Amino acid sequence: MTEKDRKYIKWSMVLIVLTFILIASALLALSSGELKIGLKKVLELILGNEDKASINSMLINQIRLPRVLLGIAVGGALSLSGVILQGIYRNPLVEPYTLGISGGASLGVAFVIVLELQLKLGEFMLPLAGFIGAALIVFLVYFLSSRKGNISIERMLLTGVMVSFIASSAMMVLMALSDTENLHGIIFWTMGSLDEPNISLIYLTMIVAISGLFFSCFFAKDLNALRLGKEKAMHLGIRTNLVTKTLFFLASLLAGVCVAVTGVIGFVGLIIPHVLRQIVGSDYRILLISSFLLGGSFLVLSDLVARTIISPNELPIGVITGIIGGTIFIIMMNSKKKKK
Amino acid sequence: MTEPLLKIENLSCGYSSFKLEGINFSLPKGIFAGIIGPNGSGKTTLFRGIMGILPILKGQIFINGKNMGSFSLKQRAQHIAIVSQSTDNDDIPVEDYVMMGRYPYFQRFQFFETKYDRELAYRYMKKTDIFQHRHKLISELSGGEQQRAAIARALTQQPDLLLLDEPTSHLDIAHQVSILDLIGQLNKDFSLTVLMIIHDLNAASEYCDKLILLNKGKIHSQGTTEEVVTYQKIEEVYKTPVVIQKNPCSGKPAVFIVSGNLKATNK
Repeated sequence: MTEKDRKYIKWSMVLIVLTFILIASALLALSSGELKIGLKKVLELILGNEDKASINSMLINQIRLPRVLLGIAVGGALSLSGVILQGIYRNPLVEPYTLGISGGASLGVAFVIVLELQLKLGEFMLPLAGFIGAALIVFLVYFLSSRKGNISIERMLLTGVMVSFIASSAMMVLMALSDTENLHGIIFWTMGSLDEPNISLIYLTMIVAISGLFFSCFFAKDLNALRLGKEKAMHLGIRTNLVTKTLFFLASLLAGVCVAVTGVIGFVGLIIPHVLRQIVGSDYRILLISSFLLGGSFLVLSDLVARTIISPNELPIGVITGIIGGTIFIIMMNSKKKKK
Repeated sequence: MTEPLLKIENLSCGYSSFKLEGINFSLPKGIFAGIIGPNGSGKTTLFRGIMGILPILKGQIFINGKNMGSFSLKQRAQHIAIVSQSTDNDDIPVEDYVMMGRYPYFQRFQFFETKYDRELAYRYMKKTDIFQHRHKLISELSGGEQQRAAIARALTQQPDLLLLDEPTSHLDIAHQVSILDLIGQLNKDFSLTVLMIIHDLNAASEYCDKLILLNKGKIHSQGTTEEVVTYQKIEEVYKTPVVIQKNPCSGKPAVFIVSGNLKATNK
């Protein structure tokens, strides 16, 4: 067996294990909850061998399954967005929300809630405003950081962080001006939730996430070269300006759609790529797809904890991703230090 | 007369604050040439112009008779490889790092390297004596080994021209000699054309067949080491007194610096 074969076998094993974890997490999430349903029964209900009108069938197919699918799509997309941004910025502390995407989306949503547009025009105004807010911030960051078509990575990062602060502060102004009911709505939204009643939005998120994964894989080589720095990547024939712009908008689209549909779910885009770098290394050919798979599993399991830990009440998922993610992060950092 | 491998005609490139102007020189295939000059004379700017990192304001660059003006970055990388001044200190396995030299030949939708790519990477890792370190991370290598890995990566690009930007600037003398010997050997074994920026004038005169002396964005003089490394030229450009004698072993010009104390005494 050649060394090349060994590497590819290791990658294949990683993908098989991560796919297995994803399926296992999904099945666990489908069967667990206030009403526990056995795994065999869950499979029968999904595959349609059971009565569609039964309570169990409705619980699985109309409540838990959409939530699990959304969890996979959002967890995958946020991790993918994080790993892409960390690649183009060569900074492992960047995550999708560092660049103001969450600030912009939250501001948009707060605007709608304060003006009560969701009551006048419909619930769809919330994700729409979230997406528009995120998109406006992304374009603002982009235009503030480009000079004559050239992108300065450092300026982009700093601009993103500053714009993010401004957007967050502007949102606080809106919160200070809003009444208690609206304030509650804004806070609830910013804490994030996978509870999305509109199935079309779930499908849309899934399509964006999977297309994003497929598209990003074509840039794996470019992201690998960017690890050497912008100029050295150019020495290897990489059109770094074009690659950086394309990947920046791809990562923003992924995070923008997620934040619009589910609210702000932090930490996934930061923690998952970190964990995987320790396990599979930093080659983007494996890192992109494995981040997607593990991100999906992580969010599905976090959601399971969020909705069962104080059942029948539910905790915001952002709280769980923060606590679990942060703890895993510290444990991994310390185990790495001990190894050294 | 055979076509020069690299021909630069009346080149002007640079930034708003600093520009290279009127650069003219050519390199025949298989030559080991050096670029010398004080800090800020435009050595690295010249390399950036050749690599397409900076736009060409005026003039033309030809490689093997082809005008590089219309070359994409990828096409340039198939003809010219560069070993930069700074070493790479990332957590990349040496083998993957060297394999990156094949990126200019990858198709957009190519995900994996071919058997031929791997053979080339192995060949050059052996040639540069880092094959035994191929499973280590770049960050685990010493400065000299990192530079060897960078040279192996550049060779894997199978370039016509190898550019080196101060490849020995942070190495001790033993490692300097070892890296420069390696480059000299590659120059001979593969008839590889080498253009190297180097600050050490003694190393430049010892290893290079031709020297180009840059000053304030212009070529001050060019020619054999004996023609360029003279005390008049070196003192004029570097603005410090030097003593030039012959290296007793090689007969090449050797530069001795004169300390401030001695200057004061001799006044």
